[in-house]
Amino acid sequence: MIPFAYSRADTTADAVRAVSADPDAAFIAGGTNLVDHMRLEIATPRTLVDVSRLPLGDVIDTADGGVAIGASVRNSDLAEHPAVRSRYPALSTALLSGASGQLRNLATTGGNLLQRTRCPYFHDPTTPCNKREPGTGCSALGGYARDAAIFAATPDCVATHPSDMAVALALYGGVVQVLGAAGDREIPLNEFYANEDPSHDTVLAHGELITGVRLPPPTGAPSTYRKVRDRESYAFALVSVAASLRVDGGHVADVRIACGGVAHKPWRAARAEEALRGAPASAASYEAAADAELAAADPLPGNEFKRRLLRGTLTAVLSELSEEQ
Amino acid sequence: MSTPRIDGELKVRGLAPFAYEQRTERPLYLFPVLSRIAAGRVAALDTAAAEAAPGVFAVLTHANAPKLASTDNLELAVLQSADIGFRGQIIGAVLAETPEEARYAAGLVGHSYDESAHDARFRVDHPDAYTPEGVNGGQQADVSKGDVDAALASARTAVDHVYTTPIEHNNPMEPHTAVAQWDGRTLTLFDSTQGVHPARSVLAPLFGLEPDRMHVISPYVGGGFGSKGTPHAGEALTALAAFAADGRPVKYALTRQQMFPLAGYREPTHQHIRLAADPGGRLTAVSVDVTEPTSKIKEFAEQAGVPARTMYAAPNIRSTHRLVPLDVPVASWFRAPGECPGMFGLETAMDDLAAAAGIDPIELRRRNDTDVDPMSGKPFSARHLVECLDTGAERFGWERRRPEPGSRREGDWLIGLGVASSTYPFVRIPGSVARVRYRADGRYEVGIGAAELGTGTWTSLTQIAAEALGCPKESVMLAIGDTDEPNATIAGGSSGTASWGGAIIAAADEFREKFGERPEPDDEVRAESPTVTDAENFSLHSFGAQFAEVRVNSRTGEVRVDRLLGVFSVGRVINARTARSQFIGGMTMGLGMALHEESVMDPRFGHVVNHDLAGYHVPACADVHDIDAIWLDERDEHAGKLGARGIGEIGITGTAAAIANAAYNATGVRVRDLPLTLDKFLR
Repeated sequence: MIPFAYSRADTTADAVRAVSADPDAAFIAGGTNLVDHMRLEIATPRTLVDVSRLPLGDVIDTADGGVAIGASVRNSDLAEHPAVRSRYPALSTALLSGASGQLRNLATTGGNLLQRTRCPYFHDPTTPCNKREPGTGCSALGGYARDAAIFAATPDCVATHPSDMAVALALYGGVVQVLGAAGDREIPLNEFYANEDPSHDTVLAHGELITGVRLPPPTGAPSTYRKVRDRESYAFALVSVAASLRVDGGHVADVRIACGGVAHKPWRAARAEEALRGAPASAASYEAAADAELAAADPLPGNEFKRRLLRGTLTAVLSELSEEQ
Repeated sequence: MSTPRIDGELKVRGLAPFAYEQRTERPLYLFPVLSRIAAGRVAALDTAAAEAAPGVFAVLTHANAPKLASTDNLELAVLQSADIGFRGQIIGAVLAETPEEARYAAGLVGHSYDESAHDARFRVDHPDAYTPEGVNGGQQADVSKGDVDAALASARTAVDHVYTTPIEHNNPMEPHTAVAQWDGRTLTLFDSTQGVHPARSVLAPLFGLEPDRMHVISPYVGGGFGSKGTPHAGEALTALAAFAADGRPVKYALTRQQMFPLAGYREPTHQHIRLAADPGGRLTAVSVDVTEPTSKIKEFAEQAGVPARTMYAAPNIRSTHRLVPLDVPVASWFRAPGECPGMFGLETAMDDLAAAAGIDPIELRRRNDTDVDPMSGKPFSARHLVECLDTGAERFGWERRRPEPGSRREGDWLIGLGVASSTYPFVRIPGSVARVRYRADGRYEVGIGAAELGTGTWTSLTQIAAEALGCPKESVMLAIGDTDEPNATIAGGSSGTASWGGAIIAAADEFREKFGERPEPDDEVRAESPTVTDAENFSLHSFGAQFAEVRVNSRTGEVRVDRLLGVFSVGRVINARTARSQFIGGMTMGLGMALHEESVMDPRFGHVVNHDLAGYHVPACADVHDIDAIWLDERDEHAGKLGARGIGEIGITGTAAAIANAAYNATGVRVRDLPLTLDKFLR
């Protein structure tokens, strides 16, 4: 592990100042991802600024009927929060399907959004990886690509984003609240992740701190999250689907879909949503909608199965939601 | 008897010292530098920055490391030459005052190589494939009886498929660790090992030491599964470094990632299996041709074709092994070597045959049962396979199985039942010696260098000693895990309890014969485990039956195992509590083998890419639902005075086939390539 200095920030402004001023500094909150990366020398910050005790630990009802989630809220606490369980159930389910109880007790909302890909080549400093060392190449191309993206991958990087929580936040239209040296700004989750340059997972500038996530009021449509993985717990999603669906008179009145494990970000299935609006609420419609979305898929040798898996998972989730109505 | 673990409280309270936790004065911590190429030579290692880093005591490379007395074993000849045989090989080591300083400095070492083209891609038609002189377990590579080809050619019902298992890695909870200290005369090694004496017999000659100048201590081990059966490069390196440490102890614990290239593993198996049967399902031919890779620097030939030589009656049997030499790490023992992958292939093929012949899988096995070993012609000492199958069928509710695959559905889930046989040979390794000494306080010291891997040795050997001496368990003071105690053979091949117990019984008997029921303090005897003469007249094997209920999601392909039941015939069971744990542990390993475990080799680099427990999946608690193990009440009089045939490994054999067969019954999709990942069921 590279030697590093450690300090604890007393205010968000102090934290932002400290990291912005030092290109080798990084924020640390729960540390469940960063500490692993430091041990493996994937991340080599020389200074850590601890933001876990900043006053960002609350879930607050907002005036518009939504919630504001502080960046330091632990995944366990967020999953159990009454407002989340009753109004954003897919978020609670998504959180509880991630990691282990011990990790969820440490991991924070902000840190969860910023966790990095689990691509095995990214995790091995002895193999080329554009995300870890720009310009060295992508080892997953022509290699082990079971976990790789099927949507919007680039020739430089085919990594997927591993978060369950982010998929549910994307479903509910989450907005990331950020504080930087130049002030604060809000970024819709759908625009938060980037892959033009594989070394930059998000649109955040160095020193910008996530202070929270705002969720608009729920639409009232039933929603759920389904994670499909290689074992029953403690594994990253091969494919996951967060969806909300309202059926009226046997037809789809309102639908939203976000998918995990298929892209560098939570993948809003806009084509599938479009195909479903007004369609009969039937398995045939759901399969057709999945196919509409999958028309844009571009899998690699080794992850073609994600096409069939996403189709099956999406159909199962939407069928389950419609059966309840 | 169902005796609680004697060492249970110590372990729960964290007071049982494992190798790395032994108290030492001023230790140095070791971190290795590993090769980043798979073939070639080290051109240069730039160690200047590492040597200058904080806390660094020394940086060892092949240029300055102490010389070994023997370099015949290329796996253990660490830092003796610039040659590189696989990616991840040890090419240097940093010794420092803290583990963090050692690791940091190791990262500062500059690498340069003269790289050669490497070959790490396993393929069956490899031009360099060869027949080994023998396979693991002392078996012949190829055996044959009768005319297999003629029987296959004329068969009415035949199975002809390839069954494969992937690379698998052991990954015990406690990684491989060692603490070594050289005081100028004696090399002391606290080791995480399946046998202190076997470890010494391998390591002492490496350093040119007589056995009395090497002391190996290992009272507790956090799982071995074969990977700690013989020393690997990490222990050799730790001991080597001790000679360059000014008398200070050197501590090393492999990281999880380092476990993959440096601690042994199971090579993948490619099993071409052909079965021929008459219209009644009776086998007329069994043919198993196994091809598997081996490291070029040290051969390991897993005997995956061997169980087919024992399992079923057939007039014509052939089983062969071929090896493909590659630039890959050195494989070793891994959870029932041979029987485990071999019984996946054979027992899945038997299910294929049952389907082809339209015969119930249990009935098929009944029709092919045999009282004599098909190859040797010797009678089995106690073959209760059919009894295990029948007992399990009743308990498991086999009659509810629908023969037609895919015919039982609950919502999106398809449900099926499957069965497979288990087997494991009775192995009793000669050479174990035990001592019994009477103490002034009225207790008996019972000493033997046996190993406790977490399986219950402290408890079962205490029970055996108390029974043999005719005294309460509380009157026995057991001493194990130390080369200062008499020689003990390896905790491997499911041989430990029978081999060590035989020595303890012999010593106890001799003690009573010599000193009677009223001994004097310090009365002591030593006795060796007697050899099993009945092995000349009988084929000694354990058998069992495994049952699985599996559900497969028709939309997502997810495979879930709802129920597992194992029924075993193993001779006498010494301790019901620890035995049940061991059976269930073995079955859980089989579950992992069936559903999850797969090390993915990237042949471009020559390394396993999923080399940690995030990428290499073993079962999580949520994967283990209703799992039960029972056994027949018996005692094998041909298996020595103890009457036990060993239980360590039979629990894992056949489990994966039972699960694969249940998945086939659920879906109609036959998966012959482990593991049973969901993509294989998506249609």
